[in-house]
This record gives sequence, structure tokens and C-alpha cells, in this order.
Amino acid sequence: MKKALSMVLAAAMAFGCVACGSTGNSKESTANSNTIKIGSIGPLTGGAAIYGNAVKNGAQLAVDEINAKGGLQFSLRVEDDENDVEKSINAYNSLKDWGMQVLLGTVTTQPCLAVAPETAQDNIFLLTPSASAPEIVAEDNAFQVCFTDPNLGTAAAEYIADHNLATKIAIIYDSSEAYSSGVHDNFKQAAAEKGLEVLADEAFTSDNKTDFSVQVQKAKNSGAELVFLPIYYNEANLIIQEMNKQGYDAAIFGCDGLDGLLTIKGADTSLFEDVMLLTPFAADSSDELTQNFVAKYKETYGDTPNQFAADAYDGVYAIWTACEQAGVTADMDASDVCDKLKEAMTQITLNGLTGEGMKWEASGEVNKTPKAVKIVNGAYVSME
Amino acid sequence: MNAIKNLKPSTCNNLINYGMVLVFYIVVQILVNAGVLNNSMQGMLVPICTYVVLAVSLNLTVGILGELSLGHAGFMSVGAFSGAIFWMISGSQMSPVVGFTLAIMIGGIFAGIFGALIGIPVLRLRGDYLAIVTLAFGEIIKNLLNAIYVGWDSNGFHFSMKDVSALGLDESGEVIVNGAIGITGMPKASTFTAGTILVIITLFVILNLITSRAGRAIMSIRDNRIAAEATGINITKYKLMAFIISASFAGMAGVLYALNFSTLAAKKFDYNTSILVLVFVVLGGIGNIRGSIIAATVLYVLPELLRELQDYRMLIYAVVLIAMMIFNQSPQVLAWRSNFVSKISRSGIAARFIKQKRQSEEV
Repeated sequence: MKKALSMVLAAAMAFGCVACGSTGNSKESTANSNTIKIGSIGPLTGGAAIYGNAVKNGAQLAVDEINAKGGLQFSLRVEDDENDVEKSINAYNSLKDWGMQVLLGTVTTQPCLAVAPETAQDNIFLLTPSASAPEIVAEDNAFQVCFTDPNLGTAAAEYIADHNLATKIAIIYDSSEAYSSGVHDNFKQAAAEKGLEVLADEAFTSDNKTDFSVQVQKAKNSGAELVFLPIYYNEANLIIQEMNKQGYDAAIFGCDGLDGLLTIKGADTSLFEDVMLLTPFAADSSDELTQNFVAKYKETYGDTPNQFAADAYDGVYAIWTACEQAGVTADMDASDVCDKLKEAMTQITLNGLTGEGMKWEASGEVNKTPKAVKIVNGAYVSME
Repeated sequence: MNAIKNLKPSTCNNLINYGMVLVFYIVVQILVNAGVLNNSMQGMLVPICTYVVLAVSLNLTVGILGELSLGHAGFMSVGAFSGAIFWMISGSQMSPVVGFTLAIMIGGIFAGIFGALIGIPVLRLRGDYLAIVTLAFGEIIKNLLNAIYVGWDSNGFHFSMKDVSALGLDESGEVIVNGAIGITGMPKASTFTAGTILVIITLFVILNLITSRAGRAIMSIRDNRIAAEATGINITKYKLMAFIISASFAGMAGVLYALNFSTLAAKKFDYNTSILVLVFVVLGGIGNIRGSIIAATVLYVLPELLRELQDYRMLIYAVVLIAMMIFNQSPQVLAWRSNFVSKISRSGIAARFIKQKRQSEEV
């Protein structure tokens, strides 16, 4: 008897799941039929949440601005993937149920590697603000706002060599992270070509990132003048603290992953003075566009925007420009929108926050010049 | 009717399990063909099968053998990578069904070998110590896979623990496993039908093992090790048997999982995944195979259904977990439940139902 009851309950539960899953979306898709639906996927919770939330905020800001202009109307929906491949695919599927026509995402690299082939199969246009592996844009429906890892690694090596920042270099990187090892491999290659000496090449993994005394000690003993950190800011903070503790006074150079250092709560920001990073966006930049964006962002979210917010903002504007160019309207289905946008993307030029005159190759990669910034008095200042 | 009644209770129980899986499969197929099932649900079908296989196989170690294993994701990753590497190299040249079946088998065999290698030292320990060592082995496997580079060219396989350039591939060569980035650009192969078949095979093997002579020996080790040893049961052999079978099915589930996505990275197989599967097992009831199936399905679908709740999603999920645990396990609630059921059965419909049942039994 008890067993029979539990069976019935279980069956009812399973049916309930299926039923409410399918009714939930039909309600959504009829609402707002005159807007173009932009979906986005990123880590809104978990260790990489700062990136997902920045993209969410930046994109929302751009969507609100565009909607205020009249003309084409956008609606934005951001789903959480916790920086996990499986959850990212689930989020993608639920966005499809919502009736997504364009995908602005995903934010992080590993999930994007899995989602990009899905979008190619469904023929949904993909523009990722910040996922940087070159494989993401392998199909012709995918485009990137940010640089690819190889470009970033090469650009960093070239920047260091061309500006004579140092010749003796130590690298500390996260070998378990796709972004970090991607930049690392290409940096090393480019460094060798540019005549830079890599004296210490130390790795850590995501399980082993609380104590960096060994890596810093090795870098120090190698006599390197500059430590290259192609990693995310949380670990960079610990490394910089460890360097300070050991009295190792070398220059620090990082990539866009270091963007966020200044937002760490309770960190001693005086240690971050003179940290250099290669990022396409500096919040202190004097041009009108950036200043407007930063002011609005601060007003709405009470925070200084980072590069990810800027990438997302540019991404939405790129979609908007391409939509205008191709004459996309809200009643088209996702596949038609994709066909039109694919073509239009290569024809547009965008003056955005992360670069003047951004253009896209048919391969999906963006064409813009990287900027280097330096932390001075607790704020980013453009170098050069 | 008589034939059914004469079945052994265990056989009857097993048939309910198979029936449940089949009914679920048929209902889903009908819904898919009718176009009622949304993308989100369709996307979850293969992961559901994966987690069901994982939960059932872990239940063999935790529930039947009675040893807490926290390294299930490690075996899953061994299977996933070996199956996926095979699929990348030669699977695409064969017909999908043959290639996929071979990939699953290779995944199972490799995970089984690792199960044996790890089981031999680990199974000398008991209880908490065993749990901690399995946790450690799971992490070791993950970290090795994180650092490994595998390439394939006309000369065969190339391995390296350093970087891609150290592989020394010729022009025809391609990098298959690229360190932390893992495998990318894999053609997908997993389908819900394949997943269901794997679930049924898993159930068939494990349920039959439990009711067999070997299964009774395994359970006797769990219930009283000394008594089992005294009756002449070879403890090491049966422990290892359960452990290897469990690992091997985890490996097969890994292949199913890997071939459902176009990328595969070792990062996924950390101890969180092991714990997730353990949660399914514990919530479904340790040693209760049907419970594992239901718990894995419900708990996998739940967070996706809660997407509407946005930021509160994981909070609600945790609350639901706690509530379910109390509902299933707390002695007070269990007492209240049986009280409630007997109250219902005393009144009205249920009473009539029982009366009818009794009558039919008398006939």
C-alpha cells in the first residue's frame, strides 16, 4: 500500500514537472512580440559571478538606451550558468523556449565552447562579449567582442617588448583554466620571437590557489624583472600580497582577467599601484562615450563598470547596428535573423567603449587595438 | 494473474523498476512527437539518464557494499575521456551506433581498470578512511586529466604533460585533449534512446547482481564483516567486484555524458559532482535502487524548473533538499506518515480497496 502510494506520488511529480515546464514558456512567448529577444548566459552566481553580473548590467544599460531611442525595441533576458558547461546548455535551451532571437553570450570561455556549436546547429546568431577561445568563432554564426586568447597573449608579449618594460620575465598562470593556459601558451611563443627571456614559468590549478609562496619564491630567485599574470584577479591579489611579503619588487603585467582587482572588498589597494594590464576598456578614459557610460552605470548600479560590462554594452550596440543595417524586424524567426546578421556584421563599423572603429572579420574575430592601463592612485590610467 | 503472483518479490520489484523506466521513456517520446515537450526539458533527458546510471552504480558501493565512496566523478571522468578520445579518432568513421556502443564499452573498461587499480589499495580501509582516500583519488584523476595533452597523427598517439608543442605532431596530426581546455569540437552522439538503453542495462546488471549469490555475499560483508569472513566469504574478492562494477558503470555514464556535449573538460569532474551523485543516492534511500532513479530525475530537473525564481533559485533548491530529507528520513515524520496512511485506510475508499484486495486474494 505504502509503495503504491509512493509510486503514484512520484508519477504525479514527474508529470507535474513536464507539464509545468511546457506551459510556462507558451505564456512568455506571446508577450512582447514586437521586441527582438536577446538572450544572454553567464555566471550570475558562483566564483565567476562578477563577470556575469557585469555583462548583465552593461547589456541592460545598452538595451534601455536603445529602447529609449524608439525604433527597434529589444528585450533582454540573462540566465545563470554558474560557469558550468552542462548548466550553460540548459540555460541555452530554456532561452530557446523563451523565444530568443539573438544570443549575447556566453560570458565565460568553457561554456561558450559547448554552446557555440549548438547555436550553429540551430542557426542562432551568437555574439560573445568576453569568451575568448579561438574555437568559439569556428562557425560563421559566431562573433566575438573581445580579443581571442592567442591574440591577447601575443599582444601582451609585443607590448612588453615594444615598450621595453622588461626582458627577464616570470609567468605564473592557472593551468586548469582554459583562458589562462590559452594566453600563457601564446605569450610564451611570442615572447621567444620578440627576444624576451622567460626565466620562470610556474603553474597552479584551481584546487591549489590559496598559497603562492612557492611560485613567487621561484620567480624571485630567477631574477625576473616582470611577472606576467594571465589569470583572474582573485588569485592575482594573493600573488601580489605574497610578492609584497617576500619583498619581491618586480613589475606586474596582466591581461583583462586582472580587471576587477580594485573591486576586491577589503584588499589593500596600495599594493596594486603600478600594476599594468592589457584591457580594451579603462573607466577613467576621457572620451565622452566612456564617461557617459561610467556615470550612468554608477548611478544605476553604484559600481564602477569593468571591461566585461563595456564589452556587453558594445555587444548590444553591435547587434543593434547590424540589425538596422540588415533591416531585421522583431517578427522574423531566429534563423532568418541569424542569416541577415551574419552578413551585416562584417559590414558595420562601431565606435564603442572598447575600441574606435571596431570591425568584424567574416571569421568572427574583432579588429581593434588593445589598450594598456596602469593602476595609479587606485584608478586605471591609460598608458602611453 | 497467477503467474505474476507466483513471482518472487524481488523479481516483481525489479520488473517495477524496468517498467518505470520504460513508461518514462514512452511518455517522453509521445510528448516529444506531439511537440509538447519544450527545448529545456528535451535538453535534460540525456543528463537525467547519466545521473540515473551514476546514482544507481554509486548505490552499489554505498548501499549494497556499505562503503562510502566520494570519488565517483573520478571514474566518470576516466570513462568520459577514454570514450571521447576513441570517438574523436575512429568513432566518426564507423556507423554511429557501432561507434557509440564501442565508445561506451571502452569507457566502461577503462573506468573498470581504474576501479581495480584504486580498489586494491583503497578497499583495505574502512568507513571514513575509505571515504577520504576515494575523495583523494578522485582529485588525483581530475588533476592528471587537467594536465594531460593527447595528440593523434599517422604515427599513433602522442602524450605529454607539458604543453601542445611538446607533443611533436606531424602535419596530419591533431590535438585531441588540450590540457585544461580539454576536448573541443566533438561530434555529438548521445541520444535519449541510447541513454534509456544504458539505464536498463545498468539496472539489469546491478539488480541481478544484488539478488544473486555474489550480491548476498556483498551484503553480508556490509551487515557483519566478521561473520561473513567466518563463513568463508572472500571479502577482498567481493568488495573489489562491487567496486569495479560500480566504477565501470560510472565510466559508461561518463561517455554518455561526454558525447552529449561538444566539449569535455576535466574541471567538471571535481568532488562537487561526486557529492551531487551521493546526494541523489542518500535522498533516494541508501540501498534503494528505485529511490536512486527517482531522486536523480527529480533533483536534476528541479533547479531548472526553479529558473523563474532567478536569484533565489539555489536557496529554494537547498530548502527543498532539506525538506525532502526530513520527509524521507526523520523518525517523527515517518511515524506521522504511517499514522496518516493507516488513518486513510481505515476510512472510506482505501478501506474498500483493501477489502477488495483481500477478497481477491482469498479467491
